[in-house]
Amino acid sequence: MTRSRNTWLIVIALLIVFSLWVDLSNNITIMNPFNDKPLVNKNTQLQLGLDIRGGLQTLLQADVANCANVDPSALDVTRQILQNRVNALGISEITMQTAGNCRIIAEFPGITNSQQVNDSLQQTALLEFVDMGSSPLPVGSTVVTDYEPKASGTQSNATSAAPTATIAPTATATPAATATPEANATPGAAPTATAPAKVYHTVMTGADLGTVSVQAGTLGGQYEIAFTLKSSGTKVFADYTSSHVGQYLAIVLDKKVISAPIINSAITGGQGVIQGNFTVDTANALAVQLRYGSLPVPVKIVESQTVGPTLGADSVRKSVLAGAIGLAVVVLFMALYYRLPGIIADLALVTYAILSLMIFKMVGFTLSLPGTAGFILSIGMAVDANVLIFERLKEELRAGRNLQQAIDLGWSRAWPSIRDSNTSTLITCVILYVFGNAYGASIVKGFSINLGLGVLVSLFTAVIVTRAYLHLVLDNMKLGEHPRWFGL
Amino acid sequence: MNIIKNRYLYFLISLLVIVPGIIFMILHWTSTGQGPLALGIDFKGGSLLEVQFAGTLPSTGTISALYTQFSTPQEPIANPIIQPLGNNAYSIQSAPMNDATESSLLAAMKTRTNGAVTVLNFTSVSASIGAEVTRAAGIAILLAAIAILLYIWFAFRSVDHPVRYGTAAIIAMLHDVFVVLGIEAMLAYFLHWEADSLFLTAVLTVIGFSVHDTIVVFDRIRENANIYRRVDYETMVNHSVVQTLDRSINTQLTVMFTLFALALFGGDSIRHFVIILLVGIFSGTYSSIFNASPILVVWEKQEWKTWFRRKAEA
Repeated sequence: MTRSRNTWLIVIALLIVFSLWVDLSNNITIMNPFNDKPLVNKNTQLQLGLDIRGGLQTLLQADVANCANVDPSALDVTRQILQNRVNALGISEITMQTAGNCRIIAEFPGITNSQQVNDSLQQTALLEFVDMGSSPLPVGSTVVTDYEPKASGTQSNATSAAPTATIAPTATATPAATATPEANATPGAAPTATAPAKVYHTVMTGADLGTVSVQAGTLGGQYEIAFTLKSSGTKVFADYTSSHVGQYLAIVLDKKVISAPIINSAITGGQGVIQGNFTVDTANALAVQLRYGSLPVPVKIVESQTVGPTLGADSVRKSVLAGAIGLAVVVLFMALYYRLPGIIADLALVTYAILSLMIFKMVGFTLSLPGTAGFILSIGMAVDANVLIFERLKEELRAGRNLQQAIDLGWSRAWPSIRDSNTSTLITCVILYVFGNAYGASIVKGFSINLGLGVLVSLFTAVIVTRAYLHLVLDNMKLGEHPRWFGL
Repeated sequence: MNIIKNRYLYFLISLLVIVPGIIFMILHWTSTGQGPLALGIDFKGGSLLEVQFAGTLPSTGTISALYTQFSTPQEPIANPIIQPLGNNAYSIQSAPMNDATESSLLAAMKTRTNGAVTVLNFTSVSASIGAEVTRAAGIAILLAAIAILLYIWFAFRSVDHPVRYGTAAIIAMLHDVFVVLGIEAMLAYFLHWEADSLFLTAVLTVIGFSVHDTIVVFDRIRENANIYRRVDYETMVNHSVVQTLDRSINTQLTVMFTLFALALFGGDSIRHFVIILLVGIFSGTYSSIFNASPILVVWEKQEWKTWFRRKAEA
């Protein structure tokens, strides 16, 4: 008995030391003594939720009639493409997760300009390389091309349905109306805005494009975009560029011209560069559009929330203060009501807080406001476990048992109630987690994770830590002869 | 102390809170046709813009006019609901709008007020998703209730009629849910509070706490049922409730201390949430002492057989 108790004390002490190390540092490294290489290198920064630190949360949903038809792997590919797109905007710490059958939750900490991000997310993007001859349409104008989406075997039905423009063989009213006025309205360039509803030839689509990268140009201060072609596109491109040197090849995204470079020389080797008046940013932006043009599943934004950093910082400061006051009152109450065991329970509560923070940082859970609520509830339950045990302890002491017996009986009798009440809470947590995960309800999910974790840690501290502390104190200081210390 | 003896008084007290709450919910439903509670935009769809003005604070009329100006058939954002937020900010609710509209609105506000306009919070939710989340939350709570019922049934298999314990715990839980919903409906009427997703979290918390609390009391009954085999059921249940009373009150106090601190010092954004939690936690303790255990006694004695007779005599 004594031996196992000492073992627990050592385990607890080691855990506390480790936890404090994690709690107080933002990055932990453990070196392998044999080859001097880092064995563990982990970022242990506490992750704060968007509702606390400010930022943008966007919920995307597949833009299809029936969510059951969405292929989960296609949705995941969509998520990856979207993530690459926004990563390319230079935003750090983006998290993007699929939720259920047809939703994607995207979180952008620190972002307050939602428009740029959401715009980039919402591009459905059919990328075409269009023969413009010698007179290109200005950037931004709408074009009608001869590309028929159905021809592309790789694209799903959903995508091919998304681009609206159909081939316009005769002068149907709509495409004409959109093409010409825009071309005229744009100042500069394109004096010959051609006849209405001119159908341009699509040389190839983004599907034939291989890698795209940005590199410093040969001219000082300018950037260019290097690209390679897949084998399917190499021949087409070689033939076309050979016969069209000096003419314009427009890059068209969703029937809108995004760039109209001129063909300087034939590109026969399957790789080339786009030169122009690019800065790093515009070059990157174009590269992103080239790289991640089409999505396997079209998506639309159904929910978008921006929290300003001022609201977040204010909430944090006030909540932390309030939480500290609340905890101080609880600690005081326990000490006054339960005397010695109360003080020991308080120490166990501090241990609980240290351990929980460590787990949060190690696993990388995000701390949000609902999560905090779950945590406060779990603190309540941690205290409750101690209260249950001490009430039992008092009863056993009143019944005339000696201290040693009373402690052991108190624990064993309180255990079924602690076990059953916490099990039911854990059951609730699991169901809420599954629900929150499936429907993209991140609030419910965060709450259930924090509460569930809190319950598990509180079980450990109440049943093992408190008991070990109590024995440590009682075995070394003969306080057992003073019933007043136990509030009797 | 005899708590079980006055069980019908305690049931009456519960009804005195729940019935008015239900009336307020019905009133809201019949007057607006939008369900029992005033829902926030997370559930009903719409956009919420909270902006702070560094320049001159515009009147609500000016903001309303701007919204009307940018209103389109696709985004009918005219006639927004505007509420002041502190002394230099507004909270504005309207139909859902996209980011482009928001940007134009902010730009227009900036020109009007000759100063920086800071967005504290901008949320836009399309109408379809809210209804789905509400329905899914309802299903999740239902599933959780069934799972808890089954677990208690299993955990209490050593006593007679274990299914009663599970059922009573679920009834007590529903009691707390109705208390919280009712209070929310009243607050919606008097203070124009809206049920948002934080409210949903609060309800979930209350459910967790309620069942937790009830099981602790029931555990004592389970233990005593095997010790005091000759004592009649009502006395044994009462004894168990009284034995756990200190613990029930102390546990509740510790949670309430933290919540009171959060309500007083925690800032505006979570006050609504914390107050609902306070109500729910209080109700959870009340129902575990004064409803859950008495229901066991009512069931054991099958008292419903005499309810109507009593009424006939009175």
